[in-house]
Amino acid sequence: MKEPTPSFFKAVFAIAHKDLAAEFRSRELLSAMLVFSMLVILIFNFALELDVKVRQSVTAGVLWTTFAFAGTLGLNRSMAVEKDRGCMDGLLLAPVDRSAIFFGKAISNLAFMLVVEAIVIPLYAMLYNETRIFQWEFLGVLLLGSIGYISVGTLLSAMSVQTRTRDVLLPILLFPVAVPVLLASVKASGGIVAGLPFEEILAPLNLLIVYDVIFLATSFMIFDYVVEE
Amino acid sequence: MIEVKKLIKRFGLKTILKGLDFTVQPGEFVALLGPNGAGKTTFLRILASLSRPSLGSVKVAGYSLPNESAKVRARLGVVSHMPLLYPDLTAEENLQFYARMYGLQNQASRITEVLGMVGLEARRKDLVRTFSRGMQQRLAIGRAIIHDPEVVLFDEPYTGLDQDASEMLDEVLRSVAAKGRTVVMTSHDLARAEDLATRFDVLTRGVIVSSGSREDFKNSNLLDFYKKALEA
Repeated sequence: MKEPTPSFFKAVFAIAHKDLAAEFRSRELLSAMLVFSMLVILIFNFALELDVKVRQSVTAGVLWTTFAFAGTLGLNRSMAVEKDRGCMDGLLLAPVDRSAIFFGKAISNLAFMLVVEAIVIPLYAMLYNETRIFQWEFLGVLLLGSIGYISVGTLLSAMSVQTRTRDVLLPILLFPVAVPVLLASVKASGGIVAGLPFEEILAPLNLLIVYDVIFLATSFMIFDYVVEE
Repeated sequence: MIEVKKLIKRFGLKTILKGLDFTVQPGEFVALLGPNGAGKTTFLRILASLSRPSLGSVKVAGYSLPNESAKVRARLGVVSHMPLLYPDLTAEENLQFYARMYGLQNQASRITEVLGMVGLEARRKDLVRTFSRGMQQRLAIGRAIIHDPEVVLFDEPYTGLDQDASEMLDEVLRSVAAKGRTVVMTSHDLARAEDLATRFDVLTRGVIVSSGSREDFKNSNLLDFYKKALEA
């Protein structure tokens, strides 16, 4: 008991598990993200002329716009829960490397975003009569894009949550930084829907992978300084 | 157990702690008193490794801050006026989460022991959001001692508690201190501090201006000691 041996991976798992268990009970975060996403999809559905050509060209843009804004809602709420009741201090007091907090929060944020995507994608397919989004390649790009967006979003939400204007500040900070991942995701997923050969989507796909690796590594290195007083 | 020398803490151009010296022996219960804005919370946050000192040396349980902060955190428990608990988890789940974060072995038995100690065994399966402020504060103490720390820091633990809850918290604090732990508590409640602590330090304008034990003010009381310290 006197010499506890906290493990980095156990701490990461504990944080992610705690977030998922709390959200499973309250459903505050997921319901807000889902309602927002469905509204966006519906509005675009009414606003756009849905002939085959337009549908093909807007699919990636509509979906990534929806996921980016819904993701921001989730990121804000997820970190605010820690800050508002002082729980961030509880996490910082644990005798583990503080980057474990980043990875734990990132995993739970990613899980929430993937749940929203898993519900929104079939809904989009139904409303827009678009089945090419069920290809494995498309889902793979969705996963890579979500990882990049969530990794930079989790880091920036840890910064913005310290301020009074956190709800406004996060999108202002996040969207410019996330432009490469959003552009690459839209390009790659748009190419897949359009049925382009793999060579043509390789460049945005590579950018996406590089972006994911860079942001995960950067967050691992600087998270301690971001949360420090 | 705690050794602080020439501690300075600045936030921008403002200096909050101005060369503070502070020593606590193992097993001592020190009440840190002082007016609002004196720097008590800032000082406790530095001891808890939640804030970096600008200058000076800080050692807790033999380890220096901020270089060995993980080792300090493993030996330290903190209770503030915020419970640091998750309202959508049960009492047991909250303790389970912190037990995992501290890498404890035998988590189930330790959680049962701690819940018994803070008198919440019957409510272990209840969500924390259904708890009264007093119950949350008792569970917060359970959270802080789950890893059996050598040093416990209390920052205004009585804030927002009614008389009954405060009395219940007194008992829990006594039992925490009775285990031989070193305790530092900030409080504005002088009567409670006098009842619980063995030493009283007055922090004002960024330095400790006076320090004394109960024996030092035999014919007076803590209020007189405190007033004199502030007037000096």
